[in-house]
Amino acid sequence: MSLLKGLNLGYQIDDISILKGIDIEVKAGEMVGLIGPNGAGKSTLLRLLTCVEKPSLGDILYDDINVNQVSPEERAKRIGYLVQGAKAYWPFSVEKTIGLGRIPHQKWWQHGSSEDEEKIQRAMEITETLAYRNRIVSTLSGGEQTLVMLARIFATDPQIIFADEPVAALDPYHQLHVMEILRNHSRDDQASVVVLHDLSLAARFCDKLYIINHGELFGSGTPDEIMTADNIAEVYGVKSKIVCDVEGVSVTPISRLGEHHP
Amino acid sequence: MNFAAIPDRILLTGLGMCLLVVFYIALLVGPVDIGIGKAMMDLMAEKPSMDSLILFDIRLPRALLAMIIGATLGLAGAALQGLLRNPLAEPGIIGVSNSAAFGAVLVFYFGYANIAWFALPLGGLLGALASVVIIFALVGNSKSVVTLILAGVAINAIGGALIALALNFAPNPYAMQEIVFWLLGSVANRSMNELLIALPFVLVGWGLILYCGRFLNALTLGEETAISMGFEVKRLRWILVIGVASCVGAAVSVAGNIGFIGLVVPHLIRPFVGAEPRRLLLASTLGGGILLLVADIAVQLLSSGGELKLGVITALVGGPFFLFLILKTRNLML
Repeated sequence: MSLLKGLNLGYQIDDISILKGIDIEVKAGEMVGLIGPNGAGKSTLLRLLTCVEKPSLGDILYDDINVNQVSPEERAKRIGYLVQGAKAYWPFSVEKTIGLGRIPHQKWWQHGSSEDEEKIQRAMEITETLAYRNRIVSTLSGGEQTLVMLARIFATDPQIIFADEPVAALDPYHQLHVMEILRNHSRDDQASVVVLHDLSLAARFCDKLYIINHGELFGSGTPDEIMTADNIAEVYGVKSKIVCDVEGVSVTPISRLGEHHP
Repeated sequence: MNFAAIPDRILLTGLGMCLLVVFYIALLVGPVDIGIGKAMMDLMAEKPSMDSLILFDIRLPRALLAMIIGATLGLAGAALQGLLRNPLAEPGIIGVSNSAAFGAVLVFYFGYANIAWFALPLGGLLGALASVVIIFALVGNSKSVVTLILAGVAINAIGGALIALALNFAPNPYAMQEIVFWLLGSVANRSMNELLIALPFVLVGWGLILYCGRFLNALTLGEETAISMGFEVKRLRWILVIGVASCVGAAVSVAGNIGFIGLVVPHLIRPFVGAEPRRLLLASTLGGGILLLVADIAVQLLSSGGELKLGVITALVGGPFFLFLILKTRNLML
């Protein structure tokens, strides 16, 4: 079942093309990775898919229904979006921050219900953030803050989670923790779409990878199909060593090919 | 310091009771002692007496105005600090106070102030409306909240300059004194009429701001996240700006510029609501009402001869108090 489709997506700012002709599909139970060099348009693609920006061209379908026909409230219940470098701007406690994830389920005059309490509790269990529920978010470590922001998304109980470089600033332990949480979410009628720079994590955890380069789709497929030394050389301009073993695929960048980025 | 566990019910009830007590005290304070019970009885018996006259024509409008204007400033300050995610925001930051004041100053300047009671508030409201139109024209469809602040700063500067111009060319010293005294801010010698002309705008403003509470909470996660949570950020930002302009414009129109309430009250209340912008709104409304009533009581107790203006005392006490707050909470600030 297709949860999300982007058809021929394009995005322009003042005649400058940021994205062009992107086709993407996310099926139920899938974890989809978006990879590509800095500035390729991955984050922009995520903003289009989450309806934060409107595409200049093309259509986005949720459950085969055009998003323009889905109300913002309905959309908000269905998706969770972890922005790049998500952080707490406010001196909130962990529990209160996670509680913000319930906003799409509340009317403007409503406050928390018992269902909200349950979802917040469950979100803290999934992300293992219960231990510091009363601490102020900004006093936590980077890894803990990311988990709290992720918990906020779980409190919404969305079908699809979009995460923009969720593991970029984390230590290996927290990287694996976040990836496992997202992997666990991506089953049954749920899915996730994750922008990643760590190619090994992308190859190990994702069911399908989309490589974006210069605002266009360079290629897509399973990690085995698409994570080749040639592709990485062409897109990133680096020579890499790729090892497949029982643990999965791991990619190690070795050296730059030439002075300039391709 | 963690009062955040205080439930809304208790906090709001406590503030509400406090407001009632202060309101009652405000009715008792004045140059002559009156019996509130007697005044009520006289009114019910339709027997006009000095007590009922003083209570209903002088003290009640004054106390109601102080309460409503204080509440407006507290609410608007809390809303703007949330919207701009800046603890230094105050109701005047979008330029509405100075342009409303300029509207009223024009009325003084041309000598219409004594022709009809509604001339002053009307001038103020038109001034406030002008500032909203200018903000719309300047900010338009801009995504950045910084543009909004800059537009506000510009409008404030222009409003201040025009007020200075009016003072400069004031037709006579008496008019100049009238303008200056009015600008200092006061709720003395106002009637129910002024209250009634301001009230619709105040209530509309309050409604619009309170409607945005959930949006302000979502905004603490950043604008992109707020959009992904189903909020039309641009539309809601305008609703807030119009709400603030409506109630603050009306408040300035009848009472002049009363500073610091809108800045200080949200800071005082914030620790009690766990810094949550939405919970801060109602609590700041009540807190603002309490604080301005207290200030107005102080004004009446302190000055016997020439009246001390309310805006002077809020600034005198508010400034140093704000310094103290900064020192005390600088680690907890937003």
